[in-house]
Amino acid sequence: MTKLKGLKCRECGRRYPSSPVHICEFCFGPVEVDYDYEALKGTITRQSIAAGPPSIWRYRELLPIEGDVAVGHHVGFTPLIRSQNLAEELGVRELWIKNDSVCHPTWSFKDRVVAVAVTRAKEFGFDTVACASTGNLANSVAAHAAEARLKSYIFIPADLEQGKIVATLVYQPTLVAVEGTYDEVNRLCSEVSDKYRWAFVNINIRPYYSEGSKTYGYEILEQLGWRAPGHIVVPCAGGSLITKIWKAIREFASLGLIERPATKMYAAQAAGCGPIVTMVKNDTDVLTPVRPNTIAKSLAIGNPADGYYAYRVVKDSGGYGEHATDEEIVEGMLLLARTEGIFTETAGGVTVAVTKKLIETGVIPRDESIVICITGNGLKTPDVLYERLETHVTIRPLLSAFDRALAELKSQARS
Amino acid sequence: MARMRVRLTFPPERIQEPVIYHLVKDFDIVTNIRRADVKADHGWVILELEAKEETLERGIAWLKGKGVKVDPVERDVIVP
Repeated sequence: MTKLKGLKCRECGRRYPSSPVHICEFCFGPVEVDYDYEALKGTITRQSIAAGPPSIWRYRELLPIEGDVAVGHHVGFTPLIRSQNLAEELGVRELWIKNDSVCHPTWSFKDRVVAVAVTRAKEFGFDTVACASTGNLANSVAAHAAEARLKSYIFIPADLEQGKIVATLVYQPTLVAVEGTYDEVNRLCSEVSDKYRWAFVNINIRPYYSEGSKTYGYEILEQLGWRAPGHIVVPCAGGSLITKIWKAIREFASLGLIERPATKMYAAQAAGCGPIVTMVKNDTDVLTPVRPNTIAKSLAIGNPADGYYAYRVVKDSGGYGEHATDEEIVEGMLLLARTEGIFTETAGGVTVAVTKKLIETGVIPRDESIVICITGNGLKTPDVLYERLETHVTIRPLLSAFDRALAELKSQARS
Repeated sequence: MARMRVRLTFPPERIQEPVIYHLVKDFDIVTNIRRADVKADHGWVILELEAKEETLERGIAWLKGKGVKVDPVERDVIVP
């Protein structure tokens, strides 16, 4: 297939053949997959996509794989839900929820990137995949490696609670607990990926891995009836997702699959770890690394690799960014659950809380189409809610006891 | 010899100090700068370091002691 032109440095533009390379040898800038869009024009149509499988692979012509799909046949094509109740609460006309809390198989949008990364890793002939992760990415890499019958190594800081790793260990990867600070674990993983011929999904396979996030954007556009929304609010950790949704919009527009878009992109981060939003608010392209201190663990990246590029997308699109405090994050989770019956993780709470703020402050207008990005499932991290939720009544197993309790509840509701 | 590609982020109070000079002279580490952005109130430098593994570790520990943030060029690779 000829659609892949190879890799291109995002900083100096130097080109490389399609290979497991992630850093430009000259300027040490990140490299990105480059496609032959001229060759793709006319071969990809709305009909050809719609005739594809109900998964990320309906967009395979725009993904960096060359052979057959190896793993993750059922990843993606998650619901885009037209919100009635939350829209009413927020006082907006058209609100959509892109719900990756039900992404197959590990309940987060990371399945999209990992399915692409592991498929590409197999094409490159790797027999081992690896990642450094404390949560969603570890779950997904271990699951897809199991499906692909590849060996997998997951690196974690040694002080991570056991409860956090069950959803990874169940797939039986080799779990490497590294004693040391977060920074030391970080640096070690970079060195390991340099030395061993493994597919480190978010290091040497990153150019391919990150392209999987585009499918989140493609699906929004297709499910909206082949149109781009006015506003998209995206949770930001490493900053890659927001850049890839933006790339998806531009690709669909250049291929003639949607009308000329005028979408504004908004970055959502926690107040305790929001370096990208801080750049947006201070209007500076210099990212100041932070030490994360937030309940939104799945967004806790203090020195994000794509921070600068995420900032550029927000600025270039005319969007903005906002922080959410821990209290607001929980309120956001509860608001989404109460109004739409969707239990998202803390990252989703950040997105809902930030959307609410941006609407209330008039940054996002109430009469235009808005999409909020829900990227993970609340059942993985219920602990943040333990002390904030309570049962309303406890009774003995007697009908009369229930009658009394019900009468009391009703009287409380009236007063 | 070990090689390492790192990104150094300087706090404002170290901008005027010849930090990389001392890394070369005092630790005998070979440096090769590839990209940088240094202004009055902030600075970062992406470079390759080459020396014996233990020398690199000592050099990095010294940098950290100076308040210089030392990251791999990939920045945070631990994904939550």
